[in-house]
Amino acid sequence: MSKKLLLGVEAIGQGAIDGGISGVYAYPGTPSTEITEYIQENATAIERNLHRQWSVNEKTAMEAALGMSFAGKRTVVCMKHVGLNVAADVFMNIAITGINGGMIIAVADDPSMHSSQNEQDSRYYGKFAMIPVLEPTNQQEAYDMAIVGLELSEKMGVPVMIRITTRLAHSRSGVSLIETPRKENELSIPADPLQFVLLPFNARKRYRILLDKQELFLNQSEASSYNRFIDGTDKSLGIVCCGIAFNYFKENYPGVSPYPVVKVSQYPLPEKLLKRLESQVAEILVLEEGYPLVEEQLKGFFARGKKITGRLDGTLPRTGELNPDLVAEALKIEKPEIQVTALTLANRPPALCKGCGHHDTFRALNEVMSAYGKGKVFSDIGCYTLGALPTYSAIYSCVDMGASVTMAKGAADAGLFPSVAVIGDSTFTHSGITGLLDAVNEQSNIVVIIGDNESISMTGGQDSSAYGRIEAICEGVGVSPDHIHVLESLPKNHEKLVSLLRQEIDYHGVSVIVPRRECIQKLARRKRS
Amino acid sequence: MKCDIVLAGVGGQGILSIATVLGYAAVENNLYLKQAETHGMSQRGGAVQSYLRLSDQPIYSDLIPSGEAQLVLSVEPLESLRYLTFLSPEGYVITNTTPFVNIPDYPEPEELLDSIHKLPRVVAIDAENVAKTEGNARASNMVMLGAASPLIDLPLQSLEQGIREIFFQKGKDIIELNLRAFHAGRAFAEQILNRLK
Repeated sequence: MSKKLLLGVEAIGQGAIDGGISGVYAYPGTPSTEITEYIQENATAIERNLHRQWSVNEKTAMEAALGMSFAGKRTVVCMKHVGLNVAADVFMNIAITGINGGMIIAVADDPSMHSSQNEQDSRYYGKFAMIPVLEPTNQQEAYDMAIVGLELSEKMGVPVMIRITTRLAHSRSGVSLIETPRKENELSIPADPLQFVLLPFNARKRYRILLDKQELFLNQSEASSYNRFIDGTDKSLGIVCCGIAFNYFKENYPGVSPYPVVKVSQYPLPEKLLKRLESQVAEILVLEEGYPLVEEQLKGFFARGKKITGRLDGTLPRTGELNPDLVAEALKIEKPEIQVTALTLANRPPALCKGCGHHDTFRALNEVMSAYGKGKVFSDIGCYTLGALPTYSAIYSCVDMGASVTMAKGAADAGLFPSVAVIGDSTFTHSGITGLLDAVNEQSNIVVIIGDNESISMTGGQDSSAYGRIEAICEGVGVSPDHIHVLESLPKNHEKLVSLLRQEIDYHGVSVIVPRRECIQKLARRKRS
Repeated sequence: MKCDIVLAGVGGQGILSIATVLGYAAVENNLYLKQAETHGMSQRGGAVQSYLRLSDQPIYSDLIPSGEAQLVLSVEPLESLRYLTFLSPEGYVITNTTPFVNIPDYPEPEELLDSIHKLPRVVAIDAENVAKTEGNARASNMVMLGAASPLIDLPLQSLEQGIREIFFQKGKDIIELNLRAFHAGRAFAEQILNRLK
């Protein structure tokens, strides 16, 4: 058995390959990006020529993955937690159509919002869609679950979610690999020609099938080796540990746990194991990463049973990721005094790289907007979001992919003038195009700045779907060619960009200005290789 | 054997090359290893850290509990003070003294170095300068690894082999430079550690 040092995300990528996928579909997003990058660079994946290009967004990725599954092949689709919002339409319906080839939906949540705008818990989506969810405890389980998950998916006839969080995603450990990767599936179409046709009459039928499968999913959870009851002699407290929270518990009790424990890594929740725990102990502490999903479920609305503690009652913080110290505190374990320094430590937040083209855009934009006052620039998700911080303090929104264009439109509808959007090239093709069409259809008075660094930079410089297409897309959507301008974002073009911005603010209608220069990180990498 | 290390620096300084060498040496010696890294937004010039855990017993948490790290190994002086809460009462801070100033409220260099030297067990080293003496300031991370190496229970040959592995594609000269930088850092630290003992 060979052993490899892998990040949690890489372990999922390796597991997917060894589990016989024919393709990965994804849009980059921290902390999920490296699942796909690992597959892109893996020798077996290259030799088998698995599909491994980036998709335009998470919705197109999941739909393409569904197409691959329809054709009988196994597939994995990867995204960060907020990416699942983008794909939610297809996601909710795949549970009802079911699958043909096995399908894993790998979602990486980001509690503590290290690189995200929220810390939503994807296990709720799993419950919402009523599909099995696997939540690995460590890198080995992440690998194993990709393989087992594909099998489970085919056995149950639905997609299976693997939910991880940042800490496991970006932590490395030794993983034992299976001897021989499984072969890819043969091409096959679904036996039932109506399986994927969600016309109301058939959707009702399919929905009933999904409901009927719930007991099957529960039985799988009860029998799963990932869910375990671990006995303990001190019955004053029982612990429920979900996913990596189990590690933080074990860190505090590396030997034998004094308390009985139920380790949960497969959902729906294993009822029998939890009832067994509840029957033995005086109260229950729930350790889970993310929202208090399990705690809420165990407590119920009236909280009439035994005392349940966790994130809801304040035994653990309601927000942010867990760690060994927080869990120790919840278990009332005393910690020794720790060292501190008298020096006040200045924070060091992320910043735009030195020499980045976005500097040139924000310098010009601030010069022009100073005449109009604050609160008139909407922005989006990407490196340029850092323009919200001093010294630029240039933008006033960052909500979801593409929202800069539509928020600028809505604000213009309300009478805000000028109304400017700042969006990146890849975010524009991800979710900005449709909003631009709305603005064109209504001749909204907005200026859209597409900061084109020819790359998806915040996540590490992946290829952008927008590359070489921005002007054509804008023209195709209906922006007048007279009001589409491209210039190189360089200090020497400062005056030119300033006058272009002034000119297009004065034009009543939709304008697009594209300051363009390759991401300097990408340039540096290209020069090194 | 159990060794918990917090690696600290600023996004872009390449602390992961240090972690990679240690990881290589740990695997070669059949140790368990967990190494949590910072990816994403903070890599853009923000404070970054990596939690590296080595042990001959299975490791559970990817994060190091507070007060348990044997080492804070920082490639930047301000960052060396950010993770003191992780350090065990007997733990050491190994830090580079060359500031990376990319924030307006960076502390006065003298005040900063003062605070560092007040720590009970510290090895402060001008890694850029040492690396420059050996041929190139870019090898400063290997100077820092060398400075930490007397306090990490891994065979010297495994660490040297790890350095050869990560610079394999860059050719013999770069490998030699980084090995020299490693040994210069190690020699510097050994002197200070002898004085501390």
